[in-house]
Amino acid sequence: MALVCVHGPLRKLADGRAEVQISGATVEELLRGLEHEHPAVAGWILDERGAIRRHINVFVNGERGREETAVGASDRVEILPAITGGAS
Amino acid sequence: MTELLLGTKKGLFALEGEPGAEFEVRSRAFAGEPVDFAMRDPATGRAIATMTSPFYGPKIFYAEDPAGEWTQAEGVALPEGGDQALERIWVIVAGADGSLYAGGDPGVLFESRDGGASWTLNQSLWEHRVNEDWQPGGGGLCLHSIVPWPGEPDKLAIAVSAAGVWLTEDHGETWRRGNRGIVPRYLPEDAREDTFQLCVHRMERAARDPQRMFIQFHGGVYRSDDAGGSWTAIGDGLPSDFGFPLALDPADPDSAYVIPLTGDFDRVTPDGRVCVYETRDGGLTWTPRGDGLPPDHAYLTVLRRAFDRAGEGSSLQLYFGATSGDVFGSGDAGGSWFTAATRLPPVFSVTASGSE
Repeated sequence: MALVCVHGPLRKLADGRAEVQISGATVEELLRGLEHEHPAVAGWILDERGAIRRHINVFVNGERGREETAVGASDRVEILPAITGGAS
Repeated sequence: MTELLLGTKKGLFALEGEPGAEFEVRSRAFAGEPVDFAMRDPATGRAIATMTSPFYGPKIFYAEDPAGEWTQAEGVALPEGGDQALERIWVIVAGADGSLYAGGDPGVLFESRDGGASWTLNQSLWEHRVNEDWQPGGGGLCLHSIVPWPGEPDKLAIAVSAAGVWLTEDHGETWRRGNRGIVPRYLPEDAREDTFQLCVHRMERAARDPQRMFIQFHGGVYRSDDAGGSWTAIGDGLPSDFGFPLALDPADPDSAYVIPLTGDFDRVTPDGRVCVYETRDGGLTWTPRGDGLPPDHAYLTVLRRAFDRAGEGSSLQLYFGATSGDVFGSGDAGGSWFTAATRLPPVFSVTASGSE
């Protein structure tokens, strides 16, 4: 199972856990698994289309990942808010 | 005591006070997050707020006390697996039967029958949205006005920028357009007749005469005497008929208040003077109501949901907030104004309650 690391408000939604072990072959499968284990996360990372929200970054072992990015059992997946702002 | 709930660019602010003096900031919630709208549900007393995190998307929350714990509501999303996502909730309005309605982008309507804890998408309107060519305005495809009919919960009117006015008489099972008479001056003359690209900025209904409605349009102020079936321009006499917010006195179906901005090319108060305009004859004449408001070098922008009222008649209170972070109020139906708050984040929405 991959290790999914969550930050900020997502940690509270994941029942206070910073790291969650999840099974899945792709980033999307991992995120769906995270929603399944912690239903309060639903809608916060993936939108209704199944897309990662525009200002969320997902890193797989330090490399930017997308929904379809393959994930191995020993991989570390970080979910972080993007660096954004300047206009507000 | 009057309570103001202010949705701002950096959180929800709950203020309390009496007309005539600066209000006290009682609490701040959702610190750092854009709160698009917040209101008190008159049926339950709950505070309901909608927040659009730039990271995590739009959500609705509810709390018994704005200073207390907020709980995320369920069901605030579009159907999964489609090609669109919910962008923002613009407004939440109490229905005529204890229900709540929420309107948002992309042109969607939700209803809650449990005090805002869970929400259901209005499927019939959504099908219009999916199957027709609805064009967004500059702020997105926002369903920003929801206008119940007092005592008749099946009747509802909504307005969408820029998809015009929609009416239902069967509790949202079917919808029809209500746009006759509205002239979109932003389109070429030969394109105006058949267009549905109608940029309504705000719509309200007169409580004592539900057939009577008012619209602040993207260039134009309109009145309807047939429940939104047709509209008559009533903007003559205003320094500009461009603006966003609109408020009515529930005691007087002939009343309306608008806050003109210079125009769509310069969306600030005209000539640097902040002034509310009042009609008491259905828009035949307009009277400036600016006593106590900044008279010069004040270039404010007041957004569509940043104007509300409490009470009615001679005790009508009016409150509006600007993107400057200033909030102004009147305890005498606009006769005089006071500064309720300053130096807040840009104000997106104002709702007032407590002094009916």
